[in-house]
Amino acid sequence: MPALSTHQISAAAELRILLARRIIILEGPKGTMVQAHKPDEAAFRGDRFHHHPHDLKGDNDVLCLTQPDLVESIHYRYIEAGADIVSTNTFNSTRISQADYRMEPFVADMNRAAAEICVRAARRGEAQFGRRIFVAGALGPTNRTASLSPDVNRPGFRAVTFDELVAAYYEQASSLVAGGAELLLVETIFDTLNAKAAIFAIQQLFDELGTALPLMISVTITDNSGRTLSGQTVGAFYHSVRHAHPFSVGINCALGGRQMRPFIEELAGRAECFISCYPNAGLPNAFGGYDETPCDMAHILAEFAANGWLNIVGGCCGSTPEHIGEIARAMKAHRPRPLPTLPSALRLSGLEPLSIA
Amino acid sequence: MSTTVPASASQFIVVGERTNITGSPKFAKAIKAGDWDSALAIARQQVESGAHILDINVDEALVDGEATMVQFLNLIGAEPEISRVPIMLDSSKWSVLEAGLKCLQGKGLINSISLKDGEAEFLRRARLVQRYGAAAVVMAFDEQGQAADRDAKIRICTRAYRLLTEKIGFAPEDIVFDPNVLTVATGIEEHNNYAVDFFAATQLIKQTLPGAKVSGGVSNVSFSFRGNNPVREAMHSAFLYHAIRAGLDMAIVNAGMLGVYAEIPADLRALVEDVLLNRRPDATERLVKFAGEIKATAGAKPSTSHLQPSTADAWRSLSVEERLQHALVKGIDTHVDADTEEARRKYPRPLDIIEGPLMDGMRTVGDLFGAGKMFLPQVVKSARVMKKAVAYLTPFMEEEKRQLAATGVAARPQGRVVLATVKGDVHDIGKNIVGVVLACNNYEVVDLGVMVPCDKILAAAREKQADVIGLSGLITPSLDEMVHVAREMQRQQVALPLLVGGATTSAAHTAVKIAPECDQPVVHVLDASRVIGVVSQLLNPGTKAAFVADMRAKQERQRTEFAERRGARKLLPLAEVRARCQPTNWATVDIPRPEFLGTRVFSSVPSSRLSPPASHLLSLDEIVSYIDWGPFFSAWELKGRFPDILKDAVVGEQASSLYRDAQKMLARIVTEKRYTAKAVLGFWPANAVGDDVEVYADEQRSRVLTTFHFLRQQNEKPAGQFNHSLADFIAPKGSGRLDYLGGFAVTSGHGVDDFAREFEQKHDDYSAIMAKALADRLAEALAELMHKKVRDLCGYGKSERLTTEEIIREKYRGIRPAPGYPACPDHTEKRILFNLLAAEKSTGITLTENFAMHPASAVSGHYFNHPEAKYFAVGKLGRDQIEDYARRKGLPLAAVEKWLAPYLDYEPR
Repeated sequence: MPALSTHQISAAAELRILLARRIIILEGPKGTMVQAHKPDEAAFRGDRFHHHPHDLKGDNDVLCLTQPDLVESIHYRYIEAGADIVSTNTFNSTRISQADYRMEPFVADMNRAAAEICVRAARRGEAQFGRRIFVAGALGPTNRTASLSPDVNRPGFRAVTFDELVAAYYEQASSLVAGGAELLLVETIFDTLNAKAAIFAIQQLFDELGTALPLMISVTITDNSGRTLSGQTVGAFYHSVRHAHPFSVGINCALGGRQMRPFIEELAGRAECFISCYPNAGLPNAFGGYDETPCDMAHILAEFAANGWLNIVGGCCGSTPEHIGEIARAMKAHRPRPLPTLPSALRLSGLEPLSIA
Repeated sequence: MSTTVPASASQFIVVGERTNITGSPKFAKAIKAGDWDSALAIARQQVESGAHILDINVDEALVDGEATMVQFLNLIGAEPEISRVPIMLDSSKWSVLEAGLKCLQGKGLINSISLKDGEAEFLRRARLVQRYGAAAVVMAFDEQGQAADRDAKIRICTRAYRLLTEKIGFAPEDIVFDPNVLTVATGIEEHNNYAVDFFAATQLIKQTLPGAKVSGGVSNVSFSFRGNNPVREAMHSAFLYHAIRAGLDMAIVNAGMLGVYAEIPADLRALVEDVLLNRRPDATERLVKFAGEIKATAGAKPSTSHLQPSTADAWRSLSVEERLQHALVKGIDTHVDADTEEARRKYPRPLDIIEGPLMDGMRTVGDLFGAGKMFLPQVVKSARVMKKAVAYLTPFMEEEKRQLAATGVAARPQGRVVLATVKGDVHDIGKNIVGVVLACNNYEVVDLGVMVPCDKILAAAREKQADVIGLSGLITPSLDEMVHVAREMQRQQVALPLLVGGATTSAAHTAVKIAPECDQPVVHVLDASRVIGVVSQLLNPGTKAAFVADMRAKQERQRTEFAERRGARKLLPLAEVRARCQPTNWATVDIPRPEFLGTRVFSSVPSSRLSPPASHLLSLDEIVSYIDWGPFFSAWELKGRFPDILKDAVVGEQASSLYRDAQKMLARIVTEKRYTAKAVLGFWPANAVGDDVEVYADEQRSRVLTTFHFLRQQNEKPAGQFNHSLADFIAPKGSGRLDYLGGFAVTSGHGVDDFAREFEQKHDDYSAIMAKALADRLAEALAELMHKKVRDLCGYGKSERLTTEEIIREKYRGIRPAPGYPACPDHTEKRILFNLLAAEKSTGITLTENFAMHPASAVSGHYFNHPEAKYFAVGKLGRDQIEDYARRKGLPLAAVEKWLAPYLDYEPR
């Protein structure tokens, strides 16, 4: 393991100081911004993968290797809009997800490059705007589920094992940190067992680093039932990841802020760490697009903030730098959620939580 | 707060053990045969029987432990009813535990790790447990072996605790110690003290190792009595009773087979406790002798059914339209299918029958009801006839729809009403009646049931495009929930009129607290007979504006009056009203000492295979004799005193008919044992400390078990009258006298929902509502019967010479006020009472987040024996008392203000 940079070493303390003062802003999604540039197959391949045996169009993460300037410009636009944290363009950069494109051998490079791009954008932003910008290494859910069978006729079957996930996440997390990531963000969790594998890998990495970077954990509640795809309630989910000593827990994707409201409220009441929230810009419309305007989103999130539920806020699918800018402005009027002290209890869970005081 | 509620109470965690191959031959057979369905069925049964956690053990020589554990956990993962609870992975092989940890998305436990293999291995495994995100059961086992006596158990557990928390930062709350339940009554003298050692170690662990929990595998204790289940179960129940008192948090037991301590026959209990508590040297010998004599008894009376002869009357010779009308108005459903069929042959389309004769009949019913010439029970019976007729016609209409494709005329309801009992509340009789009345006036009713969260109500209103939302609630916290719904309607822009109703709601509260929260009309509906008037005016564009304007003006007046009253009525300062308490000469007053202290459990069915002593068995017959019929008629909106109401000039006929139907159903309930009655009552040494009452563990007052908090009247009173608080009925600590406070929780509600559902499925709302109304009466009657027993147990009841009638009128000494009701209006005190009584465990009554009891047919309260004790209403409370009360309860002021909102004499900040 290479030595950590000063930015990496000081990130946790600096974040805590900032979070005591205000609600901080997480940048928005990269995918939609990439689409706006309509890169073609050749652009995805670049020079390096000219002869790659599989089509690469649609593998947004490979752009970190083939179109680094495009990716950096996207991060920079979010910084201009007011983002305090940028997050790497690595949602699918695990060995497991990249298998679809036969890109497994390049996963470490992709993550390292993605983090380096973010660091460049962040340092540029710091020079320009005079505020600290943090770099989060993003780890997505992969395209397999460890606690659900893809085959209804074989409920006991699993398409991926815990150990395979740990290995893939370890590879991703260590290359993100090598590229300069100052915190890690396990996001869009729809199967908690996948997230637990990510946590397992990250803790192993932290052991080897001799220090722990801030770890943000963000779950996806799939619909109004208030459960993850794998069936857990928000409370059960929190109990399942609490052992990671997360820096923050939160909810992102699948729902707009309006639908997310009861679940964020519940999580804010249960969690002993900071709360993050980055909903979609509403629910998808008939064309798969998102309709909430920057004002709509900012309005909903401002109400959450006024209720004292938020520490870190941003936008997921459908949100743009304009959305993030409007959200950042709306947050200025609100104080961050103070960290609660909760009574000691043995906090267990299945699909539902069980607390034994 | 200085009070300590014993961990004993409701929070005791049951770990289901039947999915353990080493203890369950059935599970072993299923696993060995690869019969996964049977294995899953056992797991499901454990969860359904109330296991909070599932223990899974597949350790068997011929079984591949790792693969089997993984396969079984993956299969459980596909069964949401099973996997909703946390899993306890149980194996003596670390590799099996680790394989299991890789399959759990939730936070489970592993059972177990210990110092058996040395510190290094212990810590290595603990670190992995931490990393996989699980809690750990830690056995009292070290390099030398298993700890048997108290000191060894404590030494090993303390060492393990220090290593875990200090060396690797293991969260103390994630440590569950198992101090080894070892077998007693083996005939070996050294084993005699094993249970005592376990109890003592448990207590010490809880005292000295903060955060840590204690668990145990109970069945081991009775291993010497293999094959003798009555004795084993008695040992388990008694062992648990003592262990929980010592601080045991959880136990691995057969969920669903837990006996109740108080139901162990006294002779057997004494023998078992002699063994467990090591009270005499010959204890084992005596229990072994007794065990040989035990024979299980079983017996059940065959139930008898009553056949009611049916009578054919002159109306049968009328035309089919007239017959349908007659059946509707009279609520006779005997011939409804035949008559409807006859009409179907006569009319071209089924819909013509609904819109013709059936609606004509219902209109007549509605008119008669509106004119006060028909009464609610009749209307509900009429609705039953209507529903049955419509149900009969539905398949024909669907067939017609299929044939005519899109040409069918859709039914045109007058409007659509979404009804719900709000979150935290379980009472639904009133709401169901409103639903029936609306339905028979051709409104479409979407009934969301009970305990419905706000979001669900609003989502349903939107989805169903409702015209009106109706909320119901019975307990005071529901008022707050209704305010919340109104606020959310405003925020989410749900532009619909809101109706509120139910026992605690009032026109004044609606005007002052609910209506100002939203722009839409919010109408208080006093009872079901008013609902049609309100809804029809709201939905008729011609009348709506005038109706709403009139109602708003009325609400404005109510708000003004409320503000004026609040200003005008003067509350006295707390210090002053405390000085004006009801005095008692404590030196001379009679303080009866109850025959027993602690709790006693009663049930109408034996809840374990042990037959309980007769004194603790309840008979439904006996309960029936204590029914107070007055409120039964009010539930059906018939006003008058029982039994005079049966001969009343106006409602007498209907009341008599209702009473006959009630008697008939009651006979069924009793003979078929449809409902299960359960009760727990208890007495504890107690003294008042200010307006609090401290409850002690024993008569030496060595330990405060818990504290109840009471409120005091603050209104100005004429000279010679007192400002009451329930605390005045208990001797103060400084009086030199030890007093006793009682408590109880009873229900007759188990089985009610199933019984009511049977009727609902037959479109018989009349009987369904009757079933629930009778359950409520039985619960109140049971409370009355238990109070009689309590007065006898306290002595003074034995000389009481009262008729049942006089008892129902409460002409006896002593009171039983209920938390949440006027003398002690704070519902949160019910939690303290339930913990003290362990009421959830012994009666199956649970509390919702707003402290409503579930099943709804339940009563709980305190017993006061003071000769001058009487019921009163606390009334409005000033800020000084609320602040004092919040301090006494150790709760934030805002929380207390929320729970006591209807009683505040001021606007909270």
